[in-house]
Amino acid sequence: MVAHGPSLRLLPRLSDDVAFFWTSGAEGILQLLRCNACQFFIHPPGPVCPRCLSRDVAPQRVSGRGRVETFTVNYQQWIPGSDPYIIAWVSIDEQPDVRLTTNLVDVEPDDLFVGMAVEVVFEHAEDVYLPLFKPVAKGAAP
Amino acid sequence: MSARPTEEPMERRAIISGIGQSAVGRRLGRSDIDLTVEAALEAIGDAGLTRDDIDGLSTYPGMGAGTPGFAGPSTPDVQDAMGLSLNWHDGGGEGAGQMRAVIAASLAVAAGLARHVLVYRTVSEGTAQGAGGRQGIGGSGGGRGGVPRFGGFMQWSLPFGAVSAANWIAMVGQRRVHEFGLTREQLGQIALNGRRNAALNPKAIYTELMSMDDYLAARMITSPLCLFDCDAPCDGSTAVIVSHRDAAGDLNHPAVHINAVGTALRGRPSWDQFDDMTTMAARDAGASMWERTDLSPTDVDTAQLYDGFSVLTMVWLEALGFCGRGESGPFVEGGGAIARDGLLPLNTAGGQLSGGRLHGFGLIHEACVQLRGEGGPRQVVRPGGRAPEVAVVANGGGPIAGSMLLTRGVR
Repeated sequence: MVAHGPSLRLLPRLSDDVAFFWTSGAEGILQLLRCNACQFFIHPPGPVCPRCLSRDVAPQRVSGRGRVETFTVNYQQWIPGSDPYIIAWVSIDEQPDVRLTTNLVDVEPDDLFVGMAVEVVFEHAEDVYLPLFKPVAKGAAP
Repeated sequence: MSARPTEEPMERRAIISGIGQSAVGRRLGRSDIDLTVEAALEAIGDAGLTRDDIDGLSTYPGMGAGTPGFAGPSTPDVQDAMGLSLNWHDGGGEGAGQMRAVIAASLAVAAGLARHVLVYRTVSEGTAQGAGGRQGIGGSGGGRGGVPRFGGFMQWSLPFGAVSAANWIAMVGQRRVHEFGLTREQLGQIALNGRRNAALNPKAIYTELMSMDDYLAARMITSPLCLFDCDAPCDGSTAVIVSHRDAAGDLNHPAVHINAVGTALRGRPSWDQFDDMTTMAARDAGASMWERTDLSPTDVDTAQLYDGFSVLTMVWLEALGFCGRGESGPFVEGGGAIARDGLLPLNTAGGQLSGGRLHGFGLIHEACVQLRGEGGPRQVVRPGGRAPEVAVVANGGGPIAGSMLLTRGVR
């Protein structure tokens, strides 16, 4: 069994520009910043859409579904006391060139593959809700 | 989108007139400025200059950047320690890889801002890490309550325990497993090649011969990267003198000419958002370098390619056109093509994996050594007994990359 992540979660500062991303898990949803002019998802969040340069940007709910683009099983004790855990880049179904660095849970390394369909699950740490991903349940609606 | 100038690229007005390197070791226990002065004085002497001739100074990154032992002394510290009077000075960690300091110096001499620039890169990570070993970039824990919060780009990876470049580059490696069928045995050839060459480098950190079985038995760090896929933190300073090419005739050794530099970053400047997960910025730096020269990959006699992690060397082999995209695995199989007597002699002083993590500048130094024919037992001799005339150096990984084409004589 691999762990869900490192033994200690090093947490983000909840500054005004990113707090929505790190706290929307309290409602069980994943949000990304989106351009209202051209509908482009902007990640990491910024003050302007890098595609059309509109400043009309706001957080918007996404499905929380994505695909594993690549992954690694970390064994090194960068953070002492950590059991092996899986780090992945997951692309978001709504816009696959947006990737989240995350941990994969409820899956063992031997069962893992690039392209695997995954869905978000949140881990609560202090005032932060970390978006982790698990395999989409068998039989779930696509 | 090419930025190729219609006239001669300005960097071609610059040469590397002198090289120097301090002692290199796992834990020397010496200050970084002490190591820097040792390398600098050797480089100045090698160029046939005196301290008073040096009117430019440049480094990567300086000013306390990064984890302990990473930054090296700042340019003000070195200027003051060596009593330099400068017309131009520069330091920083943003740019086309570690060699950004050399590239900046070449443009400074081309522009007439300085005539002889001392460029250095110093690490004391071996001593700084002590018995504790290598650390993550973003810090490694501490107790609850005293743990800082993180902003900027690190906030997107640290919470998930992706705290080291090793983790980020392992992602590149696994993507290459998926797209190209990269194997551990192929990665291992980069490590074995470095170790074979390090045995002929008196300053190398690891010189005991390593077999493929040794490599495959090493503990995993972050899959698919094992211990021997990660470079060896060390102490040491490397210095080069970048001069205007008008000075080439004054040297008592062959001048090393800068033919072209590669500085592009056309994709997103991000580890996890870069469009092509198998290449990243090396793709752009390599392409932009070849856009600035009439030389081509088949002209290259030796390649000194960044090996902070073995997979990065494979990325560079493709990015610089020595093989097609995704073909570096088969290219290195068996190790023959990258050996000193092979098609493309690679990392001939052992690279960073075995030679020590001199952070890009060890590779620049070795390219000059080879072009000057001063490699001794590890000197590359090309078919027909010809000495190397063209070398390529690459620095960096992920969204950080720079490359440089060096020649003996004008090409």
